[in-house]
Order: sequence, then structure tokens, then C-alpha cells
Amino acid sequence: MAEDVKTPAPPPPPEGEKKPTAEKPVAAAPATPAAPAKPAVPAAKPAAPAKPAGPVPMPWTSPMVEKYRSQYGSGLDPLTYLGQNYLAVDRSLIPDILRLLRDEEQFDYCVDITAVHYPKREKPFDVVWILYSFPRNERVRVKTQIADGASLPSSVPIWPTANWLEREVYDMFGIRFDGHPDLKRILLPDGWKGYPLRKDYGILQQDQEWVQINLGIESGQ
Amino acid sequence: MSDRKNDSTNDLSTHSLSNLDLETPEKPYLDSNELIINMGPQHPATHGVLRVILKLDGEKVLGTECVIGYLHRGVEKIGENRTYAMFNPYVDRMDYCAAVSNGLGYCEAVEKLMNVEAPPRAQYIRVILTELNRIASHQLWLGTHALDIGAMTPLFYTFRDREEILKIFERYCGARLTTHAFRIGGCQYETYAGFEKDVKNFLTFFAPKIDEYEALLTTNRIWLERTKNVGVISGPDCIALGVTGPVLRASGVKWDVRKAQPYANYSKFDFEIPVGTNGDTYDRYLVRMQEMRQSMRIVEQAVNGIPEGPIMGKVPKVIKPPVGEIYHSIEAPKGELGYFIVSDGSTQPYRLRVRPPSFVNLQALDLMVRGALVADVVAVIGTFDIVLGEVDR
Repeated sequence: MAEDVKTPAPPPPPEGEKKPTAEKPVAAAPATPAAPAKPAVPAAKPAAPAKPAGPVPMPWTSPMVEKYRSQYGSGLDPLTYLGQNYLAVDRSLIPDILRLLRDEEQFDYCVDITAVHYPKREKPFDVVWILYSFPRNERVRVKTQIADGASLPSSVPIWPTANWLEREVYDMFGIRFDGHPDLKRILLPDGWKGYPLRKDYGILQQDQEWVQINLGIESGQ
Repeated sequence: MSDRKNDSTNDLSTHSLSNLDLETPEKPYLDSNELIINMGPQHPATHGVLRVILKLDGEKVLGTECVIGYLHRGVEKIGENRTYAMFNPYVDRMDYCAAVSNGLGYCEAVEKLMNVEAPPRAQYIRVILTELNRIASHQLWLGTHALDIGAMTPLFYTFRDREEILKIFERYCGARLTTHAFRIGGCQYETYAGFEKDVKNFLTFFAPKIDEYEALLTTNRIWLERTKNVGVISGPDCIALGVTGPVLRASGVKWDVRKAQPYANYSKFDFEIPVGTNGDTYDRYLVRMQEMRQSMRIVEQAVNGIPEGPIMGKVPKVIKPPVGEIYHSIEAPKGELGYFIVSDGSTQPYRLRVRPPSFVNLQALDLMVRGALVADVVAVIGTFDIVLGEVDR
């Protein structure tokens, strides 16, 4: 069973190898609100030659992003990969950023909330919000890293659709969302033990105790 | 109606007759107690194994809770343990009424991640099959939805005509339902001799059939009574709840992924997005009827413009997308179907998330049936066009 669990690769570049040069000038600059737009543009150029075999995420520049970068500094890393934009955001900024994207930037449709498990990392979970804006016809993803056992603020007050999506993240990864109206398992039975989409949960693994008690059979396999 | 009163003491085992207070003059005449009942999981109107816990006051619905997961197969976990090509047939088993759409979304997502594109001929074949599948899915929906509400005839009509689409699928790829029609980088098979003729024949065959369905239902008084102003949801509520597809469009929001963010080669075709105004069950019915007509328009244009050429793009034998992540979504018959794939550079996805339209749409059930009657719950579940294989994955 053990070989079924894939050995996780090193975390993808957005977290580990992001270029510190891309954000430092901006972090230093916020005193002059007009300035931050400029250092970000040259920062995009040195990133291009450092391209390995595959494409890598590039800094994402747009008026919206510049505004938040000057406001939040290094807690926010806007990137773009294969034409898709995303914001790698520090956990502490999540409530603010999600609220701002909804209220000020018209990202009125929360497409999906999900998570990715990197067991070897210090903060093993990436939580991803996929957002869409009807007025702008634009998609953006928000990503943050959290530690095992840490919780996130629920976004149900921002997008009611987050209700079931967050329940599924909780069900599959065991990530808790504070302030969720009804945080319980959604696809698996209530009494189930373990979180199946974690990497240390084998594909053949089951909650044998639950199976024996509730189905009256020795094993689900 | 006065026996309704007895509901308040329906657990007779705890009451001996002498305990029953037969003189209750101060109580209002139509007093009734809240009642919790289960609908499903084994219930013909829930279209699979959906359990809805209904809180009722007489016939009136006070609240609902959906219990799902009976069909959970761990599709996302399976995806992490299969290679990209091996996982392809699994997606057909999510929304098994629209397997071609699922396959299109998955193949396109992986192609995007690998930065390859299917050749033009494959794109056309994909569009033809996907739109035929949309018609088949809507036919299945119409038949079962009308049956739930009590109109049995449309079921026979729609299944008779759906058969013609399934025959085309069967001749193309050997399967009728779980087609596995596409491959990452193109199509599984070259079209068979006579494919285009079959598709054209279907179009001429099917055009009058939609009118036939409409003659049965659109002005049918019982149908109108059962669907008008039932399960009303507003456009802003749809957006807040993430509801997409025909349900969103029937509420007046003109949004379709095929138009908003075109994928495959949909931008080449001329078609309209039908929208409703009231957001009720009847409008959703009309929107889907129009969508079938629009799908026929797309198929007609595609089958007339299908170019010669290869059906597979340049894809390595071993599919190893570079490290990175992608979200790609398509307009499935039920709404926005998205795939979020994280690659670690190996042959298997590091994480594969499916954003199923039925799962997210079903969340709106509670809002739509609150205050309605029990019989309307059946109509509203039908109007969502949910497939539990996709809700539970």
C-alpha cells in the first residue's frame, strides 16, 4: 500500500523560488504611491532569461495588483502562469484580500475552494480559492499556505457558495474554517476517521472500524 | 382536515387514550406540528441516491438538508494515483449523462498544462460530439423531469430520439454512455465512414422532434401550473451561490463559458445564449429547449465546416506536464465544469480537483424550496438536472 502514496515533489516554484528581487523594491516603496508601478516592470525582465526547461510563473502586473502590493507589501505575491493569474497571499492577509476582491474588485463568483497537500513542507497545505468576476470576465486564484491544524476564516459571509466547498475541504483535508455555519463532513460519513486526500492516506486505506461497525463486514476491500 | 390535528400526537405509543386531550378549544383550527421526513436516498424523483431531509409544516417546506456522498468513489484520489492518460476514462463516470463533456474538459485542461493544442479536425469532431451530448443530456433531463411531475409521454419521446445520438456515439467509439471519445491531444478515433451523413440525418430528424416535445408541454396547462413560479431564484442569488448553467441563464444572467471564455473552437460558431426572465422552473425548461436548438445550430455549422487533417496533436507517448498548475473550465450541460490540476512534473497529477456543476448547484435547493410545497421539491430537484455521480464523485 505504501508504494501507492506518491512521494511528493518539492513544492512548485511559486512558493519556494519566487524571486525576492521582484517584491523588495515594492515593499520599500509604498511611501510614494505612484512609484511602485515602476520597479515591478523591470523586475519582470530579469525573470525571463532565468527560464528553465518548462515555463515558470512570472510576476503578474496590473493596476489592481499594484494597488494591493503597495498596500500589503511582501505579504502578497502576484504571479501568472500559462496566462492564468494568481495571488500567493500570506495567511494573515487572507480575510482582507478575499473581502477586497469581492467588494472592490467585483470578483462576485467563487468558483471553487480546494487544497493541496505537500507533507514535506513546513506549512503543508496550500488552500486555493478560484474566483471569477462577471463584470470583468476575469479569473483569479488566491493561494495561501497553512500549517497542519491551523484554521482559516470561513468565506461563507463573502460567498454563500463557500459553504459546501469548505465542508468538502474539511472532509478531505481536515482543514478547519472558523465561523463556518455547519462545518461537518459532506461526502464521507460523519463518523469517518482520517482525511483521504492527504498524501499520507493510501488509496486503498479505509476506516476499517467504521466499515465493521456500520456495514457489518470485516473489510471494505 | 381536522385529522391533521392528530399529527401533533402521531406517536401514539406514548399516549394512552385517556391522556389525549380531546378538548383543545384554544388551539387554532389548522394547527400542525413540524415534521421531519426523509426523501430518499432511494426515491425515484431524486435521480440517484440523494437524501433530502425535509422539515415540514403540513405540506409546507420549512427547510431542507441534503445528505450526499452515497456514490462517493474518491475520483480525485484515484486521479492522483493514475497517469494522465489512465485517468481519462474515469471522468466519464462522473456525469455519466454527459460523458463527452467531462472528457473534453479533462483533455483540454491537461493540454493546456502541457501547452499543446488539438489539431483543427479534432476540434471540430470534439465540438460535434460535445454538442450532440448536450442534446442527449437535455433530452434525458426533459424526460425524467416531466415524468417526476406526472407527464409520462415525453419520456418515451425523448428516449426514442436520444437513441439516435447514442447510435452515433456507438458507431464512433463503441460506447453509448461512457464514451471516452477524446484523448489528450486530440481524438481517440478517426470518424467512421458516413459519420457526417449520420450527423446531418440526425439534425433533419431531430428538428421537428423538439417541436413535438414543446407541443406536449409548453402550453400544457398542468405543466404550467406545476412549473410556473415554482423554485424561483434570482440572478444575484444564483451568482452568490455559485449556480451556473441553464439555472443561471433562466434567472436572466446571460453567461455561458462557451461565449465568455471560449474554449475548443467555439468562437468560430454562431450561436446564441438563451436566457429566461423569471428564474422559475418553467423558464429553466424553456432555456433548455432553446439550448437544444442552439446546439443543433452549432453541430450543423461544425459538420459542414469539418476540415481534413490529423486528429492527434504532437503529444509524447508518456505524458509529463511541466511543474505548474492550471484551472480550466467548460460549459457542461449542467453548468461550469472545472478541472484544477497541479503537476509536479511526473506522469501522474499531484492534485486533481474537479469542480462539478451539479454539486455546487444543488446547494441552492434549500433556498428554492423554502416555503414551497412538498410536491414542488420534486419539481425543483428535477429542474436542477443533477447527476449524483457528479455530485459525489
